[in-house]
Amino acid sequence: MRYAETGFNLEVDLTRGNIERVATDPRDTELYLGGLGTNAKILWDRVPPEVDAFSPENLLIFGAGLLCGTPATGCNRTIVSTISPLTRLMAFSMMGGFWAPELKYAGYDKVILRGKSPDLVYLWINNDKVEIRDASHLQGKGAIETAELIKHELEEPRAQVAAIGLAGENRVYFASIEQGRSSASRGGIGAVMGDKGVKAIVVRGTTDINIAQPLEYIELCNEVMEYIKFRNENPIKWVEPVLSVLGSPQEMAIHDEKWHTTNFVWGNARTRRKDFWTEDVATKWMETLDSMRTRLISCYNCPMQCGATISVPGLPTYMMKCFSKLTYTMAAFSDLEFGLRIAQRATEYGLDGFSTPQVMAFALELLENGILTDKDFPEMPEDNEGRFYYLLDKIVNREGVGDILANGTYWAAKEIGKSAEAYAHNNIKKQEQLPLKLSMMNPIYFLMYCTGEKISITQIEGQFPQGPFPKREQREEFVKDWFQVPDEKFKQYFLDWELRGENSIPYYPTVEMCCDIVDWQERMHYIDDALGMCAGLSSFPMKPPYHIHNFPKFISSGAGIEMDEEKLTKAAKRYRTLVRAINIRRGMRKKDEKPPEDHWKHRFPDLEKDLLDTYYKYKGWNDEGIPTKESLNELGLDYVYEDFVKRGISMDSEDASSNDASAEKEKE
Amino acid sequence: MTGEKKKKTIKTIKINIDKCHGCRACEVICSAFHASPKYSSNNPARSRIRILRDPLRDIYVPVYAGEYTVAECAGRDKYIIDGKEYDECAFCRASCPSREEFKEPDSGLPLKCDMCEDEEEPLCVKWCPADALVYEEREEEVEEEVEQGELEIGLEVLVDKYGMQKLTNAIGRMSGKD
Repeated sequence: MRYAETGFNLEVDLTRGNIERVATDPRDTELYLGGLGTNAKILWDRVPPEVDAFSPENLLIFGAGLLCGTPATGCNRTIVSTISPLTRLMAFSMMGGFWAPELKYAGYDKVILRGKSPDLVYLWINNDKVEIRDASHLQGKGAIETAELIKHELEEPRAQVAAIGLAGENRVYFASIEQGRSSASRGGIGAVMGDKGVKAIVVRGTTDINIAQPLEYIELCNEVMEYIKFRNENPIKWVEPVLSVLGSPQEMAIHDEKWHTTNFVWGNARTRRKDFWTEDVATKWMETLDSMRTRLISCYNCPMQCGATISVPGLPTYMMKCFSKLTYTMAAFSDLEFGLRIAQRATEYGLDGFSTPQVMAFALELLENGILTDKDFPEMPEDNEGRFYYLLDKIVNREGVGDILANGTYWAAKEIGKSAEAYAHNNIKKQEQLPLKLSMMNPIYFLMYCTGEKISITQIEGQFPQGPFPKREQREEFVKDWFQVPDEKFKQYFLDWELRGENSIPYYPTVEMCCDIVDWQERMHYIDDALGMCAGLSSFPMKPPYHIHNFPKFISSGAGIEMDEEKLTKAAKRYRTLVRAINIRRGMRKKDEKPPEDHWKHRFPDLEKDLLDTYYKYKGWNDEGIPTKESLNELGLDYVYEDFVKRGISMDSEDASSNDASAEKEKE
Repeated sequence: MTGEKKKKTIKTIKINIDKCHGCRACEVICSAFHASPKYSSNNPARSRIRILRDPLRDIYVPVYAGEYTVAECAGRDKYIIDGKEYDECAFCRASCPSREEFKEPDSGLPLKCDMCEDEEEPLCVKWCPADALVYEEREEEVEEEVEQGELEIGLEVLVDKYGMQKLTNAIGRMSGKD
């Protein structure tokens, strides 16, 4: 018997209309865990670098995390992996909600889509009955609207629906997949779903998920619940309110947005408004949120309430999560009411709430600077908010200039030319980032921005405080109950971290310490993404209930796989390296590992070089960021080594970039 | 035995639908607790509490399983409470022929809340992070009657479905095999 996982994947060939239930190899689970880990293995095995995002050969994998469907609190994430049309690299966007546990109860760990359906379809998975159904009547419908229509049509209100909107259908490079109160937004995976002709995947399951050692497992779950209660009653002191509690940042609950609105930048990631947050603004925004937020809501089996139902007068109700509350507002220099209003339409379209507003602000910046002209925006309204609605519709429908903008700032700037590339300044690896413009370069964040292959900073950070606490007594109090550290040395790193002087940013934490910290933070995220754990209870906040010391016990007693910290660390390193190998094979190199150009005012070229070089060595990569022969062998990734050799990718330090099988090159 | 008045502790769960945020942790722990052996599997479809959930209409109704009824009732009315429309069935705790709620997904046998037997309080209450479920005990004078056990309820359903004779024959055949 398989525990925690079902041991079966659903393979769907959309070209032929063929559906198969395929048993999986338990040895793969032991080596790569589930979710992201085994998704990466499948992509490596079956999607060679010559395959581009919109090829029928590209796979779109919906993987439930290994522990999804068990009673582990907050474990509900679906990890969607494919080749991204935006970055041309591996995308592995995650969503919470209710879909992954439902898939497990239906009897599957993953849904693997290949080929392309000639007509728009949806997939209906009802335990062992699986069918491809016509979706022509859903063409152009909103993502939430689609879910409601399908549940009604199937007379199955308990079905869980992951759907795309018009943006996905029209292959907008930053289209999302929406599910319940969540979405998988980054990397344009909704465009791949649309390209495959799939409007939605609908799941209903009523079978059992088994636990290897039930009493041990439930005891761990109870401990986590207790700890969550404790943390909710004891927020972390001396940090911003948004960082002091568990869950994803409590954007739906909090009214005070001084920190975001005065520290993050507005427009096309340009303008900081240090004096924005006044008493009048605070009052108005509080009234807006209170009048439109119907209820705070949760994902499956989670005590946090990180999302909300939002009812804007005159518009259908929708569900919002996290920072999309502010992204449209800030890109348009508008107010919260506008942000909540436009997000309703954008959510139905199925769009990434980070990239979309940035792309629209980028277009207007090009207009203001004469690179685009009024002719490019026929009949565009003059008012600010109206222009954003206009651009949103143009992008999603790929009309006129919207067709170019729908490819994101990197590709749009290339196509527009005339120095437009200087305005696409907030990218990493071709994807828009959080709009920040700070004074001093932060070495920890520098490494995370450059080397993180989620290509989204918010999904890499966590565990270690973002900055030093002013007083030593505060730091001493903080480390007292910091049992989540994998090693005591992290406490000392933090104790000695000062706001000013020798032990301050950018030269402290030292390069070696930064490597340790970034590696720890990244490790926890990768573990979450294999287990299906929400980062909000694990890798994202400080002092979380899940950590490196209890995760092995969850895996041992839940999935029946013998596990300890060392073995888990090695497994996470194995599939993290495999993700990198996929991208290396697709041409990613050191030249791509740069933070957004305009991100920090003060830069330190020598330190940055030292950081990157040292971190590469620390991770077992060569000077170009390619995993070395030794590190691949140590992780049991000999097949990666052999493939690299066959393709002429050098794993030695010299001339590593001489023979790139770069998908980007081919595309350009 | 019926007709005599006796003091009895009535166990109930008070439900506050304004507090529910729809996470379904109550379904998770209920199905795990009632697995055999305890906690060995998880399947909310076996849970004895269900959240009837429709986020876009802001409807969250946790309901725990009550008695099994042979016949469906005539009630199909709609109730409008605080501007939201509910089906009459939404609030009903019965396992009845007209709906899927509170039935084992594989056998179709009815499920009934047992307040988690010897636990201090029902585990759905313990696991409800929003305190939407509150356990209450109260003393009431009731007419004493023999309470049906799970086995008896299950047998009654089988009798309804197949008839007493068929069931007796089947049990006879099964006994003969030993």
